[in-house]
Amino acid sequence: MTSPIDIEGGGTSVVVDGEAGPSAKAETVQLEGRSPGRLMWMRFKRDRTGVISACVVIFFFAIGLLAPLISKLYGKDPYTVYADERPELFDSAGVPVQPNGGISGEFWFGLEPGNGYDVFTKLLFGIRTSLMISLAVTVTVVLTGILLGVAAGYLGGRTDFAIGRVIDFLLAFPAQLFFIASMPVVVSLFVSPRDETPTYVRVLALIIVQWFLGWMSLARILRGTSLALREREFIEAARVSGASSWRIIRKEILPNVVTPLLVQATYLLPSFVTAEAGLSFLGVGIVEPTPDWGQMFSKASTELVMQNDITYMFFPGISMIIFIVAFNLLGDSVRDAFDPKTAR
Amino acid sequence: MTKDLLLPAPRDEGADAGGEPLLEVSGLTKHFPVKGGFPIRRTIGAVQAVDGIDLSVRVGESFGLVGESGCGKSTTGRLITRLMEPTAGTISYRGKDISRASRRELAPIRSEIQMIFQDPYSSLNPRQTVGKIISGPMEINGIEPPGGREKRVRELLEIVGLNPEHFNRFPHEFSGGQRQRIGVARALALEPKLIVADEPVSALDVSIQAQVVNLLQKVQRELGIAFLFIAHDLAIVRHFSQRVAVMYLGKIIEVGDRDSIYTRPRHPYTHALLSAVPEVSVAGEQAPARERIRLAGDVPSPIDPPSGCRFRTRCWKAQDKCATEEPPLVQLSGNRAGHLTACHFPEEPTTEAREEDIILDPALAALEEDTSKD
Ligand SMILES: Nc1ncnc2c1ncn2[C@@H]1O[C@H](COP(=O)(O)OP(=O)(O)OP(=O)(O)O)[C@@H](O)[C@H]1O
Ligand code: SF4
Ligand SMILES: [Mg+2]
Repeated sequence: MTSPIDIEGGGTSVVVDGEAGPSAKAETVQLEGRSPGRLMWMRFKRDRTGVISACVVIFFFAIGLLAPLISKLYGKDPYTVYADERPELFDSAGVPVQPNGGISGEFWFGLEPGNGYDVFTKLLFGIRTSLMISLAVTVTVVLTGILLGVAAGYLGGRTDFAIGRVIDFLLAFPAQLFFIASMPVVVSLFVSPRDETPTYVRVLALIIVQWFLGWMSLARILRGTSLALREREFIEAARVSGASSWRIIRKEILPNVVTPLLVQATYLLPSFVTAEAGLSFLGVGIVEPTPDWGQMFSKASTELVMQNDITYMFFPGISMIIFIVAFNLLGDSVRDAFDPKTAR
Repeated sequence: MTKDLLLPAPRDEGADAGGEPLLEVSGLTKHFPVKGGFPIRRTIGAVQAVDGIDLSVRVGESFGLVGESGCGKSTTGRLITRLMEPTAGTISYRGKDISRASRRELAPIRSEIQMIFQDPYSSLNPRQTVGKIISGPMEINGIEPPGGREKRVRELLEIVGLNPEHFNRFPHEFSGGQRQRIGVARALALEPKLIVADEPVSALDVSIQAQVVNLLQKVQRELGIAFLFIAHDLAIVRHFSQRVAVMYLGKIIEVGDRDSIYTRPRHPYTHALLSAVPEVSVAGEQAPARERIRLAGDVPSPIDPPSGCRFRTRCWKAQDKCATEEPPLVQLSGNRAGHLTACHFPEEPTTEAREEDIILDPALAALEEDTSKD
């Protein structure tokens, strides 16, 4: 799964050396220094699995980003109820008449039994919603993780103790149950239960709930990293020159936690995608008619769709599997590129 | 040697010929609390890392601080550079008490006291270019040298013997010795008056050690910077320091000018340290045979140091008095001014071979027996 085999087989690598020093020193003529970041990028580029999975991941994000444009070119949107617009395509039960869920030159991925939404645009917009939510969760989690993790690690003492206990407490929560139970509670904070819940409230609630139980592992890792960094002599050197704590955190610590941060973020994002899909599948996340990746699974598992249109399941299913696998492979490659010693 | 030979000597008097004191430390103490106990954690003891030391460094002077691992040398250095808060005692710099000054109060003299670290692999931020590392202190202190910071960085790189065009490189592209030179350049960036060098060469290859020591010596002489040079053996300090202090378990046990310490040591521990220094005979000069002393056992724990004289558990001259009375750091009769020793029963002021070697380590002693039989 990881790089070494690929590198050997790929034949592209001449120097794949974890020890950056010797390989860099060989070229004394080159005066522009190669930063640790650039060395990682060079290592990453040699890792074929990593590059391919990065392309797949970028492809998914591009789809999400360009969904409105694509659907415009394609000429349909995910909200049109084709059961009303084009009743001739459906039988009396609302199942598309044509085989495989009504796949045709006009409806590339077919039509959804029941309301008859266009599956292709629904999937595009579903990916868009899911990725947007997961990205927002990742960003809030990363910010919280940096803030609390670095504070605990660098300041130590009471701050560290307090943050450590909060993390222990939150880690003891059963996450899945908590999500399901707290979603309605969070939603009701924004709107009264009698009114119809606007989509943005559901989105916000999903972000809050996942963020609340999502930041601890990252904060712990960053705490450990900062704790180790604090003992390094270059931090003392900065203090001897009179640097403030704020400057030390900004200029000396943060650039050095980027590595674990990126690695963790590439593992976290796909887990948030699946968690969000899980919630929408269970009906506490995004609901119809807003398209959502996870909610498509719940649609696929309804009796009507299950019995009449098994092909429907393939589109959200396969796309999500590809996405998650690619993202996790990317995470492995990023980690290997950052820390070549773990690969061997 | 009887006690009437002891003269209470006022600290440093008469030895002041070298100039005015730049840094004066008196009664400096650092105890690290030891936590323990269950279920409630509380302080159950203290590591007496530094326990009441006095020393002074004069303008432009190189002062050596020597002692075994764990005796509190680094802690002393970190207290002086104010990286740690002292438990007790005062540190005064140019007559100003800085032992408890806050970061803001320290700002004006921050640039005058700098530090060179032991480990060249951990003392440079791997994410910054050499230029950034060296110009960092100038940036923090808002110093804008004529011609710009980059020009100054090039100058500094040149001073420490590195290619000035390398300022865009990253630390991982340099060897240990080169990294240590970068550390020296960083310390010089603020044109300090005092540099605390904490074992600056002990992490380096022996072949490179001499180069770096020469660089430091050049810097010290040409720029007139005072050094507090910390080392764990007497060999390196010999070429570098005008005055030397020997530390044992958080205390200074002997201090004096270089000649006194190296040729007329009085404290048994100094004798032991000196006999561990590899012999270097100067060309054309036949060095006299030297005494051989091999200590036994380990340094006792600084959490519970021995009563009286802290060296008594490993001392071959120890008597009852050593356990009950702590020897004061005083000038013994026959010693030069400024040469202070803390011992009740000092050795003769010579390093020449004794009739019988002192070998306290039983394993070593057995070995010696064997070899002498062959
Ligand atoms: N932050 C700390 N907390 C607790 N104990 C400490 C701390 N720093 C140092 N010590 C203890 O203080 C004593 C002196 O340590 P110090 O680092 O000053 O020794 P050293 O003479 O520099 O030794 P070395 O030659 O190994 O560098 C040691 O026993 C050490 O364990
Ligand atoms: S005081 Fe006693 S124990 Fe200490 S060094 Fe002198 S003789 Fe040895
Ligand atoms: Mg040390």
